[in-house]
Amino acid sequence: MTITEQILATHAGRKRVKPGENIWIDVDFLMTHDVCGPGTIGIFKREFGDNAKVWDKNRVVIIPDHYIFTKDKHAKRNIEILRDFVTEQHLPNFYDVGSNCYKGVCHVALAEEGFTVPGTVLFGTDSHTCTAGAFGQFATGIGNTDAGFIMGTGKLWVRVPETQQFILEGEMPAYLMAKDVILQIIGDIGVDGATYQVIEFSGDGIKNMEMEERMTLCNMAIEAGGKTGIVPPDQKTVDYLGDRVRMDGSLFQSNGDAYYVRSHSYSLKNLEPIVACPFSPGHVHRACDLSEIKLDQCYIGSCTGGKIVDFRAAAKILKDHTVQVKTLIVPSTTQVEKAIQTEKVDGVTLRDIFQNACAEIGPPSCAACLGGPEDTFGRLNNDEVCLSTTNRNFPGRMGTPKSQTYLASPLTVAASALTGRITDPREYLS
Amino acid sequence: MNKKIIGIAYVLGDDVDTDQIIPAHHLVYDLDDQKERKLYGRFAMSGTPKQHAGLPCGFIPFVPTGKEESPYSIVIAGKNFGCGSSREHAPVALQMAGTQAIIASSYARIFYRNAVDGGYLMPLECEEDLTVEVRTTDKLEIDLSEKWLMNHRTEKKFYLKPLGSVEDIVMSGGIFKYAKKAGIIHH
Repeated sequence: MTITEQILATHAGRKRVKPGENIWIDVDFLMTHDVCGPGTIGIFKREFGDNAKVWDKNRVVIIPDHYIFTKDKHAKRNIEILRDFVTEQHLPNFYDVGSNCYKGVCHVALAEEGFTVPGTVLFGTDSHTCTAGAFGQFATGIGNTDAGFIMGTGKLWVRVPETQQFILEGEMPAYLMAKDVILQIIGDIGVDGATYQVIEFSGDGIKNMEMEERMTLCNMAIEAGGKTGIVPPDQKTVDYLGDRVRMDGSLFQSNGDAYYVRSHSYSLKNLEPIVACPFSPGHVHRACDLSEIKLDQCYIGSCTGGKIVDFRAAAKILKDHTVQVKTLIVPSTTQVEKAIQTEKVDGVTLRDIFQNACAEIGPPSCAACLGGPEDTFGRLNNDEVCLSTTNRNFPGRMGTPKSQTYLASPLTVAASALTGRITDPREYLS
Repeated sequence: MNKKIIGIAYVLGDDVDTDQIIPAHHLVYDLDDQKERKLYGRFAMSGTPKQHAGLPCGFIPFVPTGKEESPYSIVIAGKNFGCGSSREHAPVALQMAGTQAIIASSYARIFYRNAVDGGYLMPLECEEDLTVEVRTTDKLEIDLSEKWLMNHRTEKKFYLKPLGSVEDIVMSGGIFKYAKKAGIIHH
C-alpha cells in the first residue's frame, strides 16, 4: 500500500484499503480559522445542540489568520465568535489575535506547534491544509459541514484516493526552489491533473529538501486538484518536530506492492525558474521568457512562500541592492517574523537586508494572498500587476478583478523586485 | 426530492474557481443569520470576468444588480468547476441565488464534497460538453430519476452520469441526515 492507504487503513481499523472505496475514518486533528470557523461552529451547534461539547478539546485547533489587521466589522465579529466558542468549550489550542500566542498563517503554525504528526489524520477548513502532507501526515481541506461533523463525532467519510508518484532526482541547483518544481508539475499535468488523487513525492531530491521546501511542494497539490500531497517521513521530519510533536506517530513508507496510477520522474538539474501567468497556476512559462512583463508590486509571503527558507532565499538576492518596485515582505507566522530579526546573511539580519533594500515588512497573516477586505496589507486595489510567492492567481485573487497576479519562487520574486520586471534569478546568482 | 427540475440555463467555461463564485472579501457575512446569508446570493458569481459571465456571449450578470436571486436556476459549466478554496460559502452562494442543479464536465474535489455533504445542490456530470450545446437563457429540463437533460430550444437530450458512491448521501440530503439514517450518529 501507499503511505496514504496505510494511514487511512489504520484510521479505519482495517488491514487494507483500496482506492475508490468509501470508508469512515477516525480524525486526529481538526483545524479551523476565522473565515470558516464561525460557519463550522454554527453547523456544529445546529446539529449537536447548543450545549454540545466538541469530541476532544485537545484535538481542535483554532488559528485565526485570514482577516486579522483590518477595520472590517464583520471580520472582527468572526474573531469574537471564535473567542466565545473557545471559552465555552475550554479549548487549549487557540492562537488568538493580539495575544502572546498569536501565530499567523495556520498551515505554517500547525507545523511549528507540532500538529503535523506523521502517520496521523488532519482535516482543516482550508484547501491548503494539504501542506502538512510534507510530514507524511494525511492532511486535506474540507468545508464547514464536514468540519462541524468532525467536531461532534471525531469521524469523517473519505473516498480512498488513488496516488500519482512524482520522483524528484538529483540535486537542486542553487537557482531552483520547490516552488519552481511544483509550478512545473502543475503546468505539466494541468490544474485538474490530479483531481481526487494524492501526489506522492519521492526520490533523492526529496530526501535532500528542507521541511519548509517539502511544505511548499505539498501546499500546491491542491492547485493540480489533488486531495493532498505527501512526502515519505524521515529523520528530517522527526528532527523538525522534535519535542513539539503532539502525539506518537508512524513513519509509514509506501511498500513494494504500492500501486500508482501514474509515475513521473523529474531530473532537478534540468528544471528552470518557472512563473505561472494570469489567471491560472497551470499557465506556466520560464521566467527568462517573461522579461518584458513590467511589475507594480512584488510580494513575498503566505503559507506557500512566507516561511523562513523563503526569506533566506530572498535575502540572498536583495542584499546590498535596492528594489525598483513596491516590495512587500509578509512573514507567515510570528516565529518567522522573529527569525527574520535574528538570522543573518554575512553578519546582517534579514530584516536589515530587507529594510536596506527598501522593501516593506508587514505583520504575519494571510494578508493579500487572497485579497480580503479593502484595507488588507498589500491588497491590489487597482489594475496593478503583481509577482507573488503565493499559490493562486485566479481573476481578482489578490484584490480587484482588474489586477493581475503572476506566481513564482522567492528567488525569482526578489530578482524581479530589483529590476521591476520579471527576472530570472540566475541574473543575480553567481 | 423533486424528480424533475425545469429552469433557465447559465453557462460558464472551464476552471471556474471559488473566488469567481464568491470573492473572498464577501466571506465575512454570518452564514447563520438569515438576512446576512442572503448577501451570499446577491454576490454569487460576482467574481466571474465579465466576458466569461453567461456564455457564449458573456456580459450577462448571474444575479441582477441589487437582487438576491438569479433568474437562472441551472448552471452549466466545463471541467474542474469549483476549483480553489474550501469555502463552503461557494455552494451556499449558489443555493441562495436559487441554483437547483449544476451540470459540469467535472468538479474540483472540495466543492463537490461541500455540495454533497452540505446538501446544498446537486452536482451532476455529463460526458458531453454541454457548454457548446447550451446557451445562457436556454430552457432546460432535468429528469433526476432517469438521469437526462433536455434542451427545449434544440430538443436535444443528453444523458447524465450516475452519482455513484455518493448517491446515498445526496438522496439523504447531506452528511448529517445520511449519518443518522446509517446509525453513525444518534440523537
